[in-house]
Amino acid sequence: MTPEIGAGAVMVALLLALYGSVAAAAGASTGRTSLLLSAQHAALGVFLLVTAALGLLVYAFLTFDFSVRYVATNTNLGTPFYYRITAVWGALEGSIVLWAWMLALYTLIVVVRHRQNARELYPWVLAVMLGVLAFFLLVMAGPAPVFQRMIPVPNDGRGLNPLLEDTGMITHPVCLYLGFTGFTVPFAFAVAALATGRVGDTWIALTRRWTLVAWYFLSLGLLIGGWWSYHVLGWGGYWAWDPVENAAFMPWLTGTAFLHSVMIQERRRMLKLWNISLVVLTFSLTLFGTFLTRSGVIASVHAFTQGSIGAFFLGFLALVVLTSLALIAWRWDALRAQGELDSVVSRESAFLLNNVFLVASAFTVFFGTVFPLLAEAVRGEKVSVGAPFFNLVNLPLFLALIFLMGVGPLIAWRRASLENLRRNFLAPVVIGIAAAALFRVAGTASALTLLTFGLTVFTATTLGVDFTRATRARLRMGERLGAAMGGLLIRHNRRYGGFVVHIGILVIALGVMGSHAWSVQTETTLKRGETTELAGYKVRFDGLAARQESNHFKVVGTFTVSNHRPNLAVLHPSKKFYPQEQAPIAGVDYRLGLTEDVYLVLGDFARDGSHATIKLQINRLVSWIWVGGVIITLGTVLAILPERRRAG
Amino acid sequence: MRRGWRWLLPLSAIPVLALLAYGFRLSPRDIPSPLVGKPAAPFALQTFDGRPVSLDSLRGQVVVVNFWASWCYPACYEEAPVLERGWREYRERGVVVLGVDIQDKTEAAEKFIRDFGLTFPNAPDPAGKVSVDFGVYGVPETFFVDRRGRIRAKHVGAVTDRVLREQLDRLLAESS
Repeated sequence: MTPEIGAGAVMVALLLALYGSVAAAAGASTGRTSLLLSAQHAALGVFLLVTAALGLLVYAFLTFDFSVRYVATNTNLGTPFYYRITAVWGALEGSIVLWAWMLALYTLIVVVRHRQNARELYPWVLAVMLGVLAFFLLVMAGPAPVFQRMIPVPNDGRGLNPLLEDTGMITHPVCLYLGFTGFTVPFAFAVAALATGRVGDTWIALTRRWTLVAWYFLSLGLLIGGWWSYHVLGWGGYWAWDPVENAAFMPWLTGTAFLHSVMIQERRRMLKLWNISLVVLTFSLTLFGTFLTRSGVIASVHAFTQGSIGAFFLGFLALVVLTSLALIAWRWDALRAQGELDSVVSRESAFLLNNVFLVASAFTVFFGTVFPLLAEAVRGEKVSVGAPFFNLVNLPLFLALIFLMGVGPLIAWRRASLENLRRNFLAPVVIGIAAAALFRVAGTASALTLLTFGLTVFTATTLGVDFTRATRARLRMGERLGAAMGGLLIRHNRRYGGFVVHIGILVIALGVMGSHAWSVQTETTLKRGETTELAGYKVRFDGLAARQESNHFKVVGTFTVSNHRPNLAVLHPSKKFYPQEQAPIAGVDYRLGLTEDVYLVLGDFARDGSHATIKLQINRLVSWIWVGGVIITLGTVLAILPERRRAG
Repeated sequence: MRRGWRWLLPLSAIPVLALLAYGFRLSPRDIPSPLVGKPAAPFALQTFDGRPVSLDSLRGQVVVVNFWASWCYPACYEEAPVLERGWREYRERGVVVLGVDIQDKTEAAEKFIRDFGLTFPNAPDPAGKVSVDFGVYGVPETFFVDRRGRIRAKHVGAVTDRVLREQLDRLLAESS
């Protein structure tokens, strides 16, 4: 009965969401409270039904209910317990269920939080949220049915894609989807602002935290995706400019731009049109990303499947983009800026430049991603755009952004005087140049590495200068050091939370720089007992063993790693043979360090264990990327805390 | 008049959307194999019923090399009858269908051959060497090798009667 009950719940939820969306819109335009109340009940009903559907799916997975086709194709009797839960979002249909559930949850939180504090905007927000939700439920009911009966019921299922049997897969999609769906809330507020004509600051103030939450989860999702790629795929990298990585990166770029540009609207009443457009763009890009991954239009390692689902997403994307742009055109006069840019040397212009660079980066990524499609439409040729293009065009933009990260928070609003510039930036510039020079003397020849390092130090110093100065001011007022610093962080949590996030980004930038500039690798075949050496590390091949795991067969190598310390670590890279996969899956083993990772992949081997081919990498500073993620987390938490400045 | 231009804003999105829609007309299955046009890598295997089969011994005939597995449901199940039909129809005209079973268990593969009543030669590729030489991504994939031993076309996914007929008629029409 499970497939039928589940499909029924989805169908009822779809009708409820459609009804709720229409009722909320009708309530908004007629002002009848009863309609709005009824829409709220519908939102609650939808949440309960989608929760039930998700629960039912989890239950089907846990009990190996192979009468559900989705369960049969994504698990088998050998799939371990935890991966049976994560298998829920291991393929297309289930990931849409998770998506819809998160959206339903966000909708419910919007009802709880904003039904009182945003009376004018709220009905339209609810209408948009339920409308988007109805679309995803439509996908669940139509082209991507998760509850489909399997006849006849097989004795065992096919099994989960082995690459997804990893802890990263528990969190990566969840974070990414929380980020993607999270941007629905600011988008809904933007549409509500356009619909009501209240395009002022209210919607911006109400959605600041929402945007931060969505942005944070998207950032975390991207980082965990990088970590998964690094420690599972075995190529030693964390980012490949794959279309689907790009799909998640583009809304991150425009979302980051939005986080910054709203500050100018709050301060200077500028950029209303720009802000609304950025939100529309960000939300559209999340849909575009989903379209890209789910339609099979652009070949990618991530592409799930093809079918009519692509057409559904494209249709919805078209609806969203055309409606939003038409609304913007309709409210054009109200959206025109009131403030004026006073000087090119000011905080406004630093923020504007930051936005230009972020959006330019998003555009180049978009262009590179759809270029194969364009080339085929125009010239009829199959081409692919690879990492060199993306690196080349984005590198200058990212370096400029690092520079602006140092300038933006300190330069004066409106018009910066020479005195302001000298006071804030003289020391950081000198220290940045000195740091690069020191690196040069220490033997780094690459101009790019020196530039990246110099800029990072410059920006870090500006942040340090500002914080020290503010702390000194508090010390003069008689506070103790600890209290002064803590008080700053808590009273000005929004500013300093942002600073902490910036430090996290700088740490990541150094990690990316180091891993590109200083990582080394070798590939070699070793006889048993033989040793290879790379960058001061000796790796000895001690032998091979084979064993049967619950759902695969595994060949495990034993390698002893030494540097100046003998027997530093014993690594066990492996090869896993899954019956449902034709190529074996590499099991990477590694020893992470703050400055260096030893990263070992097992290649071909002799069946008798007499020799084995290995790929050995010494990856530098990669750990800084993950550390940066932790710092970003701390910063976001700080920035998101309620502001105490006025109360305190 | 001056206010009319802002409606160009929504219109500007249409070309991008049209381009994305164009993407549906393409099939990612058409990814060209770099091997098309190149000589097929030689191989020698032993069929499930114990007879040796090698690509060299088939020179002068059009060879359909089909990579499959018994666990590959549904695509391999869909194409098995198609291949058998094609083999019966074309074998008199100098066509050989050769199944290569990869990453499989022998019993399951033999049951598959029995269930579908396959009469064309089928051989396991236990070391996976042949599938690596042909650059196989997944099953099923089918390669069409001409009389001179060159790979002329690659088909990803289940072959249909139409695909099989088109390719075979084209290759048979060429003089050897």
